[in-house]
Amino acid sequence: MTLKEPRPYVNPYVGGALLGVVLFLSFYITGNGLGASGAIGHVQVAILGLFAPDHVDRVAYFAEMGGGTRNSLDNAGVFMLLGTFLGGAISGVINRRFRVETRRGPGVSVGARWAFAVLGGAIMGYGARLARGCTSGQALSGGAVLSVGSFAFMFAVFAGGYAVAYFVRRLWN
Amino acid sequence: MAPFQLAPLAGTLGYDLVFLVIGLGFGAALEISGFGDSRKLAAQFYLREMTVLKVMFTAIVVAAVLIFLSSSLGLLDFSRVWVNPTYLAPGIIGGLIMGVGFIIGGFCPGTSLVAASTLKLDGVFFVVGVFFGVYAFGETVSSFEPFFLSTFMGRFTVPEWLGLPYGVVVVLLVLMALAMFWGAEIAEAYFGAHRAWKDIPLVPHSRVRMAAAGVLVALAALTALVGQPTVDDRWGWIASDGDPQVADREVFVDPAEVVDLKKDLSLRVTVLDVRGEADFNRFHLAGARRIDPNDARDPAFVRTLLGADDNTIVFVMSNGEAASTQAWKDLRAQGVLNLYVIAGGINGWLERYPPSPCVAQKMTGDPGPDSLAWRFVVAVGDRTPSAHPDLPRKEPQPTCTLAANEPAAAETQDHGAPGHGDATAPAYVKKVKLQKKTVAKGGCG
Repeated sequence: MTLKEPRPYVNPYVGGALLGVVLFLSFYITGNGLGASGAIGHVQVAILGLFAPDHVDRVAYFAEMGGGTRNSLDNAGVFMLLGTFLGGAISGVINRRFRVETRRGPGVSVGARWAFAVLGGAIMGYGARLARGCTSGQALSGGAVLSVGSFAFMFAVFAGGYAVAYFVRRLWN
Repeated sequence: MAPFQLAPLAGTLGYDLVFLVIGLGFGAALEISGFGDSRKLAAQFYLREMTVLKVMFTAIVVAAVLIFLSSSLGLLDFSRVWVNPTYLAPGIIGGLIMGVGFIIGGFCPGTSLVAASTLKLDGVFFVVGVFFGVYAFGETVSSFEPFFLSTFMGRFTVPEWLGLPYGVVVVLLVLMALAMFWGAEIAEAYFGAHRAWKDIPLVPHSRVRMAAAGVLVALAALTALVGQPTVDDRWGWIASDGDPQVADREVFVDPAEVVDLKKDLSLRVTVLDVRGEADFNRFHLAGARRIDPNDARDPAFVRTLLGADDNTIVFVMSNGEAASTQAWKDLRAQGVLNLYVIAGGINGWLERYPPSPCVAQKMTGDPGPDSLAWRFVVAVGDRTPSAHPDLPRKEPQPTCTLAANEPAAAETQDHGAPGHGDATAPAYVKKVKLQKKTVAKGGCG
């Protein structure tokens, strides 16, 4: 781990354009967009299957992914998830941002930040499955192919965030 | 033509590696844009830093321009590209919930992965939370399944909704994004840098940005000018495959095979009858759906076929084979899979499964091309055994006195009830091979 200053992030328009090219290549090569939350569901079912395989078989939503002899991890999305993780790590190492830390607002303790991260993650995970996709799978991928539902979803995410932002401003300001 | 037919490779290492490499690019692009930093993401909702909006919309418009420009130029078959199906109500409610989770947790699932991968502990905890949320959803979804499945609109795009060409919508999208970027720059200067109103330049001044914006608008305009490929263009792409299939009669299925497939409960057999209403009312196959030949070029109709389950087999039929073959070409060009023509059409069908002479008799003269060769005494629709050789159903049939020169009533009322061994079933060469759709479920679905 290096103690040098992390390199600055790229211009958001440049980053966005790169992301757009990756998204286009994903559609061009595979016919599918990008995503993360679906694969997280698959990994979650695989973990659940380690502890309670019978339960996976009984709950229809889990069984669809990992019931019976099905291997929940045998899914292309899981490999994309792995790639996303590795890609982030590699970029983090190269740009000297690969270090243990907790990014938080100035007025929040580390413990509180972790607790809110878990809470927000749980809310996010629940909503992502309800909306059939996360910000990347629905908003980004669906938006690029002009899906009506994806645009409605995108505006709903921003609306939800802005509606609550004022009440949780102490977390970030 | 792209997208490549990867589905047959599913399960192999190469297939998985493709997704892994795309994931690498995805993760790296998110990381260098600063999406691993929860403060940067949350700042979006206090208008201090509009990175989320800028990155997301730049990515969307760049990808959209590239996708639809390649489609215009015949490089990419958009009908085989996965478009997230619209479930409007659960999508909006899920989106609102996610917005709340976003501002509380500081990430969305993809960005939290990137944060966790660079050892940001808040990202790690967020991922743990996502696992729990996904698990909780799986446990509870059965209690509100009707809502989860409600307001389904299938593959529904903004151009279809607005009734505008794809290229025009791409131009509008680019212009909308540029307007949002302009607003975002002003918001950042005001809320982020706390500059006074009078010091904020309202006219964009960066030449590089103006040039980039100009390139995007120009490419979008080119997409609109070239237009999306027509059905005939699309047939042109696949004619080298399609024409031999027609010439070798690979796609013409014997009526007896259709009957057998209809008996197979694991399949959904759809019969599209492209004849006029009068002929259709005289006689059609049980369960057949009449469509106008132009419907085969109607995107809304084709979408219903594209959205059908994997075990759906679609047959088109006309009186002969001319109209049905044209409809087959049109639908095939638009990517409908498991699509066949019923060999011989209605005329051939009635030869194979002749109606009672009191219902219809074969004409002696030439009926003309693709015309009904049988004279129906009454319009029976599908209420005659010839219409459903696969079903044991019996309807009262008209009786009559036959003229002396008519052949005796062919006792064809029973073509073998389902479930009984039918020794007299005509032999045929099997043509139907169930193909799996190559457009798999979206990565995030």
